[in-house]
Amino acid sequence: MRFLNHPFIKQLFSSFLDLLPILAVVIIFQVFVIQLPIPDVSDLVIGTLLVVLGLTLFVQGLEQSLFPLGESMAHAFARKGSVFWLLSFAFCLGFSAAIAEPALIAIAEKAANIAGTGGLIEQTEAAKDSYALGLRIIVALSIGFAILIGILRIIRGWPVYYPVFLGFGGVAVMTPFAPAEIVGIAYDSGAIATSTITVPLVTALGVGLATAIKGRNPVTDGFGLIVFAVLMPMISVMAYGMII
Amino acid sequence: MIEWSIHLLTELLKTCRDILPIAATIIGFQLWVIRKPLAHPKRTLIGFFYVLLGIVVFLEGLDMALFPLGSLMASQLTSPEFLGINPTNQPVSWFAYFWVYVFAGSIGFATALAEPALLAVAIRVEQISGGTINAWGLRIAVALGVALGLALGTFRIVTGLDLSLFIIAGYGIVVIQTYFAPKMIIGLAYDSGGVTTSMVTVPLVTALGLGLAEAIPGRNPLLDGFGLIAFASLFPIIAVLGYAQIAHWLASRTSSKS
Repeated sequence: MRFLNHPFIKQLFSSFLDLLPILAVVIIFQVFVIQLPIPDVSDLVIGTLLVVLGLTLFVQGLEQSLFPLGESMAHAFARKGSVFWLLSFAFCLGFSAAIAEPALIAIAEKAANIAGTGGLIEQTEAAKDSYALGLRIIVALSIGFAILIGILRIIRGWPVYYPVFLGFGGVAVMTPFAPAEIVGIAYDSGAIATSTITVPLVTALGVGLATAIKGRNPVTDGFGLIVFAVLMPMISVMAYGMII
Repeated sequence: MIEWSIHLLTELLKTCRDILPIAATIIGFQLWVIRKPLAHPKRTLIGFFYVLLGIVVFLEGLDMALFPLGSLMASQLTSPEFLGINPTNQPVSWFAYFWVYVFAGSIGFATALAEPALLAVAIRVEQISGGTINAWGLRIAVALGVALGLALGTFRIVTGLDLSLFIIAGYGIVVIQTYFAPKMIIGLAYDSGGVTTSMVTVPLVTALGLGLAEAIPGRNPLLDGFGLIAFASLFPIIAVLGYAQIAHWLASRTSSKS
């Protein structure tokens, strides 16, 4: 009966609310604009129910394991803890959160399929799997590194736009040299990877640290970690595309 | 049935591998660096199991619903019957795909406005800014930013213009805006782009982009299919910086009058 208790039903409802705007727009378009029959309606309905159920379990699980622990640790590291451990924690948190992001898992697979049909890599399961995993590891490494730099910025009190402008510059410089096939997925990869797990944990770390350090303001200094985590993978995925 | 359970088992194992690093990071640092035992070991373990199961079920649902839905919308909105054109009559004007831009914009606007993470941030900002920046104003600015970003992104796929031109020009605008924007809002505006790209929006929008690149003659999914998410995360930054600038300007004008 554990499953039927109150918080789970509430969570189920809020997952459905997450999906509702998309469903509403799609249905309005189907009924009023497109007015064509929809193939495989049953698959779409079952799939939507699975998405809602999966999202519910996922968020419920995060809220009773990763989030409370991660947030209390972020505060603990922010308050005392040596700079060395704080930075290693920042790196590991960024890396491992990005590896676990479901959206990144799904899109990396999709990108590998596209690369396979496009003749960029071999058209085998093994080649696609290694391409997808390689992409995710590159993205995760750069997000770990980005969080590390972001935390260092908060400790040092550098203005938020220094690393961001450097990131913009990096993207602009790398783009002409990167193969055209990788640019699209590179540009998307950062924003895909900073999603449900990464954003709350990293924001907790940044805001917690900016609250704990004297002379830092949680708003002016605590935010700005995510944008750098969006930019770094863009640069390194382009580099990855140049190498393979 | 056997095939299905093998499929489920391999997916579960794969997902175990995916969440192992984060479990190891959180528990490892907790035990060896902070040196405190876990407060609720059983609850935490069950939580990790939920996360595992949730990812497997979610990814299964994505493949059945959200990915197909994105490609379906892309193919229906670009089919010659819907556009009412002769398929042999090339080239088609970019304006014929009008409903594609409207659809992408509506998806962006609706999902960003309903995003719970954004709601929490917006309320915080209103408190901190002392009411200069309005929570609803901020949310609408982000939603308009995402909508404009996605509409422009689909326009780019339709026309086949260079993705990097748009994105790098966008960065240029952000750099200029940063110089003029109130210092307090900068970090928050920057992060607003990453906040709106949720687990549900990303697959649908990606499938839409790839579907468009497949359906529109002369486009290639490899070269043109990706890039929508980059638009969706860049334009809210511009919108929020712009909104903050206007709100700041209005506030200082009323205070200098009185």
